[in-house]
Amino acid sequence: MKIVLDNLPAFLRATRTTAELTALSFLVAMVIGTVVAGFRVSPIPPLRWVGTLYVELIRNTPLLVLMFLFFFGFPQIGIKYSTFTSAIIVLSAYTGTFVAETVRAGINTVATGQAEAARSLGLTFSQLLGLVILPQAFRAVVAPLGSVLIALIKNSALASVIAATDLTFLSVQLSNSTSRPVAVYLGAAFFYMALALPTGWAVGALERRVAVKR
Amino acid sequence: MTAPFVADALGPRGRRRVLVSSVLAGAVIVLVFGLALNRLADKGQLSDAVWAPLRQWSVQKFLLLGLWVTVKTAVAAMVTAVVVGVLLALGRLSRNGPVRWLSGAYVEVFRAMPLILLMYFVALALPKYSIHPSPFQGVVLALTIYNGAVLGEIFRAGILSLDRGQSEAASALGMTYWQSMLRIIVPQAARRMIPAIVSQLVTLLKDTSLGTVILLDELLTKSRDTGTFFHNRLQVYTVAALLYIAVNFTLSRVARRLEVRQRRKYKAGAITVTGVEDLAVLVAHGEAAVA
Repeated sequence: MKIVLDNLPAFLRATRTTAELTALSFLVAMVIGTVVAGFRVSPIPPLRWVGTLYVELIRNTPLLVLMFLFFFGFPQIGIKYSTFTSAIIVLSAYTGTFVAETVRAGINTVATGQAEAARSLGLTFSQLLGLVILPQAFRAVVAPLGSVLIALIKNSALASVIAATDLTFLSVQLSNSTSRPVAVYLGAAFFYMALALPTGWAVGALERRVAVKR
Repeated sequence: MTAPFVADALGPRGRRRVLVSSVLAGAVIVLVFGLALNRLADKGQLSDAVWAPLRQWSVQKFLLLGLWVTVKTAVAAMVTAVVVGVLLALGRLSRNGPVRWLSGAYVEVFRAMPLILLMYFVALALPKYSIHPSPFQGVVLALTIYNGAVLGEIFRAGILSLDRGQSEAASALGMTYWQSMLRIIVPQAARRMIPAIVSQLVTLLKDTSLGTVILLDELLTKSRDTGTFFHNRLQVYTVAALLYIAVNFTLSRVARRLEVRQRRKYKAGAITVTGVEDLAVLVAHGEAAVA
């Protein structure tokens, strides 16, 4: 354990990077996911097709393949960003599909009468979705969205393969330079849990406050 | 695909509006695709130079061999992970305190860890104890450790989802704990777990790609080698992605078939699981519920 304590500042910095990657990607993924979920329940067929295509293609591709495709493949067409930005783009595109599916499921839990009532009051589709359906849909899927967030904490580790300086990247470096892999990886695992467990508690608390049981 | 409930039963004006928006949206989509194609052509990414290698049988064979290793690894890991998962589920439901506690700790710890960290750990830390797994063994081991924990939770939730009356009836008939487990509980629970298990299988298949960081010769590694050699990473990774999509899509389709048939035959309800991503989606769709 001494090796972890000796490198505590580095571990804390890397933990922060992991936390930032996760938080920013989740924000973007929530936006993407909500929009795509809206597409998938929209009355406009082409939008539904685009939504379905996006979700099915991205969700069935390994995250690491997406990471490689974006970071090593896209420069061929002149699209190149820093490792940190690239990681966030890929992580949020991938996580966005899971958010979309989850939110869509939430939309399906809202009673049909709600949509009918809103429609009879003369609300347009976007008003109906934004003011009536989505607020109820989100409350129904707090826990699954929490699982998606916790999965994202772990998935952010893949950013290390494109050399984003997160916890996993640090542990590989340290275990090579110190040749004390066991202690280093246990340390990294500890910091991952230090991020995941409080997140889980926070989600639980949020769920108890807002969730509607159906 | 039929219109979702929030968008059905439109009047004449609504239908007209939908038609206009559809045409507009279609135009935008075509425009975006056109611009993307234009960009690709502009940068010479549609030229024969970058695609020709992918038409050679030797290259195709190279990639397909990678896909074979991917599938082989996934199947091997799934089998071992199911065994570990069953043991963990039984351990967590055991009446023996320490066994219950240990299985619980295992599940909580390994479910919370990034798989890639486990891969590195297996590849770099085990040699310290003079254990030198091959890349294949290392990846299967890491996948088993992680998925065992996830499947353990699925199995436990599946077993707990059964009505108490089932095990009570079994013991009323004089069955022992193990008899009722094996003949009453597990067969019924297994049916309810199918969607969750298959969704985890898809995740596992995707996760075999992490084997590339410890030099397993699977599809992603082969794609990287090909792309580096021919300087056509964009094209090769796209092909690799399509191969993964094809396999996973088939898998999900087969699973849905199986599931629908099972449901019709046994009228078995959905199950209770905690899990990650794909599972979270299942949970949200009500095909499974959070324990």
